Amino acid sequence: MIYFKYLRMVIRTMLQYRLNLLLTTIGQFANVFFSFAGIYLLFERFGRLDDWTFGEVALCYGIVIAAWSLTECFARGFDVFQGSIRQGTFDRVLLRPRNTVLQILGSNFEFPRLIKLVWAFAVLGIAVNNLNQVWSVLQVVTVCLMIASGFLIFSGVFILGATVCFWTVEGLEVVNIFTDGGKELAAYPLTIYSKSIRRFFTFIIPFGCFNYLPLMYVIGRVDDALYALTPLLGFVFLLPCLLLWRVGVRHYVSTGN
Amino acid sequence: MITYTSIFRMRFIAGLQYRAAAWAGIATQFAFGFMHLMIFQAFYRSSGTAPPMEWPQLVAYEWLQQAFLALIMLWWQDGDLLSGITDGNAAYELCRPYDLYTFWCMRLAAVRLSSAALKFSPVLIVSLFLPRAYRMTLPPNFAAFGLFLIAMTLSLTLVIALSMLVYILTFVTLSSMGSRLLVGVSADFMMGAIIPIPLMPVWAQRIVYCFPFRYVQDLPFRLYSGHISGADALAQIGVQIAWVAALILFGRWAFGRVMRRVVIQGG
Repeated sequence: MIYFKYLRMVIRTMLQYRLNLLLTTIGQFANVFFSFAGIYLLFERFGRLDDWTFGEVALCYGIVIAAWSLTECFARGFDVFQGSIRQGTFDRVLLRPRNTVLQILGSNFEFPRLIKLVWAFAVLGIAVNNLNQVWSVLQVVTVCLMIASGFLIFSGVFILGATVCFWTVEGLEVVNIFTDGGKELAAYPLTIYSKSIRRFFTFIIPFGCFNYLPLMYVIGRVDDALYALTPLLGFVFLLPCLLLWRVGVRHYVSTGN
Repeated sequence: MITYTSIFRMRFIAGLQYRAAAWAGIATQFAFGFMHLMIFQAFYRSSGTAPPMEWPQLVAYEWLQQAFLALIMLWWQDGDLLSGITDGNAAYELCRPYDLYTFWCMRLAAVRLSSAALKFSPVLIVSLFLPRAYRMTLPPNFAAFGLFLIAMTLSLTLVIALSMLVYILTFVTLSSMGSRLLVGVSADFMMGAIIPIPLMPVWAQRIVYCFPFRYVQDLPFRLYSGHISGADALAQIGVQIAWVAALILFGRWAFGRVMRRVVIQGG
């Protein structure tokens, strides 16, 4: 498969700069380490967050960061896509007889960001230890589904952000609100925000699908197995994103170079 | 002196050209500001005891952070200068017949100030008229405002002295990515950009107080809202001045040493 050839190529390039790789990995780790330290310290000060305990929020955070790190590593091509329109390198992509989405995905992998995945699992360990509950099989499966769902939804947002560039040429910083901001927002259960924000991020951009809805099932607050299946709705979100991407590609006019 | 002021003016005017980007940045800043405030609000309403920072003080702290982001964030650094070190363009800089340390400091100050100049007043003005819960408050008295201005000026000097250390380090490691990221994120935490320092437990505060980073953001913003005042305020500004002086002296010394054995990369 051509995708794995891309993968191998990027890994080989990266190994040429080992010191840089090491420092970047440490830096990425520090990034998530301190963001979680912030949450931990706030809980030490305040005790709880509405009706959520530290363990529950840590579980939510771990799942979101796991999903986010996968997206940052594997869908990074879309995140840095804006440059390729301005420089005209997207023309090259169009000339090749392969799927554009596949090529953009293959253009960039950021493996240092996967260190966040390691940290995310460490946090999940802390959460499980803290929650002290008996886990059913379906609950464990739901956690996995939430990570997968989050990965696809964040990727969808990345694709949308890249699609906007077909019309604006420049990347929009506003997109950051939904990518980076979305990650920070979803790191807490969405119920702590105002109603309008919760609705927007449940029905328009479905962060809720891997956030509070299935989370309530995982921590045993609701028994209805329907909640365990909400992450699957997140999978569907990718379809309109890919559709818009196709519209964008068709609309594309080269900026020349 | 004229040389140094003119590099400042040149960079400042160049920075003012990016107005559209600034507007987009302002929208982002508000989004992040609201998000942080909502998270803190949720913590505040679940708290049994009175938190160590009153709600209006926290709101002012958050909006000041958003307004002066360009001035205080250490993860942002001048990409031109850094790539110059790795691709050999720094050779031109070295040929210039003046004190390079001061020259680069001026350049960094101008870039940061111009970027902040475009953003800070819209953010502050709008935040003064927000719904009551999220409204920015004015400082309690003129003394607090005066102290805030003094500390803010010193904070900019401190940021630049700290930034220069990143550039010096880049001369040694020849790759800025990692060291920049590491310095940036740990500074973010230590200066109180992730959560305000008064909200940390005492043992964490004690650690953070040993480093210069809190004098970048924590001190000026708390002076503004009167969270630190009186003799305590003056004493802390004294410590801030000491840090600025120490870091500039150290930076100059290290810069001189690096310059003596600098190897120009590529050509």
